[in-house]
Amino acid sequence: MQNKLLFILLFALILPQAQAGEAVPTADDVVLEERVMSVSSELRCLVCQNQTIADSHAELAVDLRNQVREKLRQGMSEQEIKDYMVARYGDFVLYRPLMKRSTWLLWFGPFLLLALAFGVLIVKLRQRRSAIQQASTLSPAEHARAELLLSGTDKEARP
Amino acid sequence: MTRFLLPLAAFIVLVIFLGIGLNLKPREVPSPLIDKPAPAFRVPQLHEEAKTIATEDMRGKVWLLNVWASWCVTCREEHPLLVEFAQQNLVPIYGLNYKDKREDAIAWLTERGNPYVVSAHDRDGNIGIDYGVYGVPETFVIDKQGIIRYKQIGPVTAEALKDKIIPLVKELNGAK
Repeated sequence: MQNKLLFILLFALILPQAQAGEAVPTADDVVLEERVMSVSSELRCLVCQNQTIADSHAELAVDLRNQVREKLRQGMSEQEIKDYMVARYGDFVLYRPLMKRSTWLLWFGPFLLLALAFGVLIVKLRQRRSAIQQASTLSPAEHARAELLLSGTDKEARP
Repeated sequence: MTRFLLPLAAFIVLVIFLGIGLNLKPREVPSPLIDKPAPAFRVPQLHEEAKTIATEDMRGKVWLLNVWASWCVTCREEHPLLVEFAQQNLVPIYGLNYKDKREDAIAWLTERGNPYVVSAHDRDGNIGIDYGVYGVPETFVIDKQGIIRYKQIGPVTAEALKDKIIPLVKELNGAK
């Protein structure tokens, strides 16, 4: 409980500062800012590789967001900006990997594994079924003994 | 017997993949700029603001471009080696002082020695972006035609010098 309170207090302290760090977008900037964020969320921050440059607070991410804003202002399309980034940082900068030969394993690997697992499952089930079928074929003598056992008279039947 | 062999085999495969995964360097993203022309720049020099330094001045020679900054901790690690390497006069090293204050950068070099023929001052980091810099220090080997031939991400190490950079520089200088 105390921890929670402390956390809220801390958060309340941080919040105004977080806002103060960014320029308040003016009315006509809102559309641009949205586009900046939408392009940025497609680009990987290479410093903290599991974040997009929209999420990251790394200095490079801030610089790259500014670049994106600048380019959008200059009238570059979103695709052109992505191409610009890829030319400098490589395909890895795209947060959603491209579909090409070198990424096929990445895209289809999980499905391949799933198919493989299903294959193993089916083979195993078949093996088990045939094992059960083999085991259930009893000879007439075994049948007779089983009946004796079930009828509860096996005690007398035993030598 | 196969009861145990199969899980064991699966486990060994897992361990092998894990081993490979541990030895990968995900921070070293291959640069798309290898074998591409080095992005052109003309910016003020670090020490003499009035003078500029440009990629085209370097045409016709093999050179290294070392991205560094006074705030960069790993650069400190790399620096003595660079100073020593510069003294061998095998190849001119140019610096790209990245997102740094001029005074800080100059003081840093005065204190630790200056391996650079000239340092370019990239105050805003725009040249850095053109070169796809994402982790300082980074070092580029650029040939006589201005093509980037090699990129070292992170500090230049003695091994990298011996195995990659020096042989490459010799090869590039040998080729007309």
